[in-house]
Amino acid sequence: MGYHADVIIIGGGIIGNSTAYYLAQKGCSVIVLEKSDDIGNGGSSRNGGGVRQSGRDKRELPLAMYGVKHLWPTLSEELGMDVEYYQQGNLRLGKTEAHIKTLAGLTERAVSLGLDVKMIDQAEAKAINPYLSAEVLAASWCPTDGHANPMLATLAYYRKARELGVRFITGEEVAEIKKIKGKARQVVTTEDVYEGDTIILAAGYDSRDIAATVGIDVPMTGALLEVLVTEAQPPMFYQMLGTAAADFYGHQSSHGSFVFGGTSGLEAVNKDNGTPVTNSITASCICRGIMNYFPCLGEAKIVRTWAGWIDVCVDHVPVISPIEEVPGLILACAFSGHGFGIAPTVGTLLAQMAVGEAPVLDVSDFRYDRFKAKL
Amino acid sequence: MGKIKDRLTSMGEFVPQPDDDMIICRCEEISKGEIRQAIHDGMFTLTEIRRFLRAGMGLCQGQTCTRLVKGMIARELGISPLEVESTAARAPMRPIKMIVLGNEGKES
Repeated sequence: MGYHADVIIIGGGIIGNSTAYYLAQKGCSVIVLEKSDDIGNGGSSRNGGGVRQSGRDKRELPLAMYGVKHLWPTLSEELGMDVEYYQQGNLRLGKTEAHIKTLAGLTERAVSLGLDVKMIDQAEAKAINPYLSAEVLAASWCPTDGHANPMLATLAYYRKARELGVRFITGEEVAEIKKIKGKARQVVTTEDVYEGDTIILAAGYDSRDIAATVGIDVPMTGALLEVLVTEAQPPMFYQMLGTAAADFYGHQSSHGSFVFGGTSGLEAVNKDNGTPVTNSITASCICRGIMNYFPCLGEAKIVRTWAGWIDVCVDHVPVISPIEEVPGLILACAFSGHGFGIAPTVGTLLAQMAVGEAPVLDVSDFRYDRFKAKL
Repeated sequence: MGKIKDRLTSMGEFVPQPDDDMIICRCEEISKGEIRQAIHDGMFTLTEIRRFLRAGMGLCQGQTCTRLVKGMIARELGISPLEVESTAARAPMRPIKMIVLGNEGKES
């Protein structure tokens, strides 16, 4: 049994899995270490599935646009299973003048960055989605946005990478990264020691403690989000939905069920005992949010709710960066809840960085040492 | 044999069985063959099978099929069913209409 590979990836989420797949395609040997017993057990399979370009920070937008243009449309075919990607647009809904102002501001910024997004009025929104309540006054509309199934996309990358010989080890908790002769080389887990020429750390919020073992820190915090799912409904619409007020977000899946995410606003102070548990008040709050925009969904039954942590960076943009002080280590974390939609792009970039190719997009905005004090 | 951590652990060729088209998850209509194939595709835990196939994610939330799927994972991997972790139970206990759930804490 080999404990050495060209690349050791810490974290079996969609970032780690997609990177493993693109590396395996390049002929690298790869070992992926996952702390949980399940592949993709963090935000990767708990998120709302958005494959959005609209509403992104300008630094992140090129990553999203690259994925939507070059990777998502052919991903199901490439990975040999349906990841339920729909490119039927994103509606961001507004109910008040203040909402419309927010949406117009977002739209203006996105247009200036070259994204095809525009403001539409009530009638136009209704034409796109006839199920909207009369309370919706306007929306921003990005026709090239969409959504996919996060659980399937995460496991599709895993399945294909495994087929290509990538070695995934679950239940393997990383304790530290060790330098040998000044270079990151060993990954020490609670049970074993692995060695790689390159180490990629993509373990969500847990990346912080692991990076600390080589003296590196990223200013991020964990935040809890909740998602709920309805029983299957007849096919209604396949746009991705969001709101200016951030009451909820979500979409209808291939299965027919609606997947909606949201918050109660009390997440930062809720008691969680260290595990991502749902709170009794949140699903109710999300339901009220949804019914304000889609009263017709009131009779739909909620069958399941769950929660997940996101790793929120202080500037809400991820860190995707080689670490200068620790040659051989590449950090990919703090995705701030935006990681799923850009995962295929990020996997592509990380694979290129790991083998010493120039990344297809500029990653200098995602450096680990960009954080400065306010004065 | 204990819990399997290495996902390249071999379980031999996938051999079709005569009852592979038997429905195991009645809510989502997932067959035995689909579940066995998923295990051979690397889905070694109940949670992964759920997320991959939706078995156990329907209206009954796996109350019927969980034990059956557990047994199938154990058989394919050659481990004891006791080594196969259960999935997390998710609220609500019974499917509940949005209009009812959304009414929490308020007089109707």
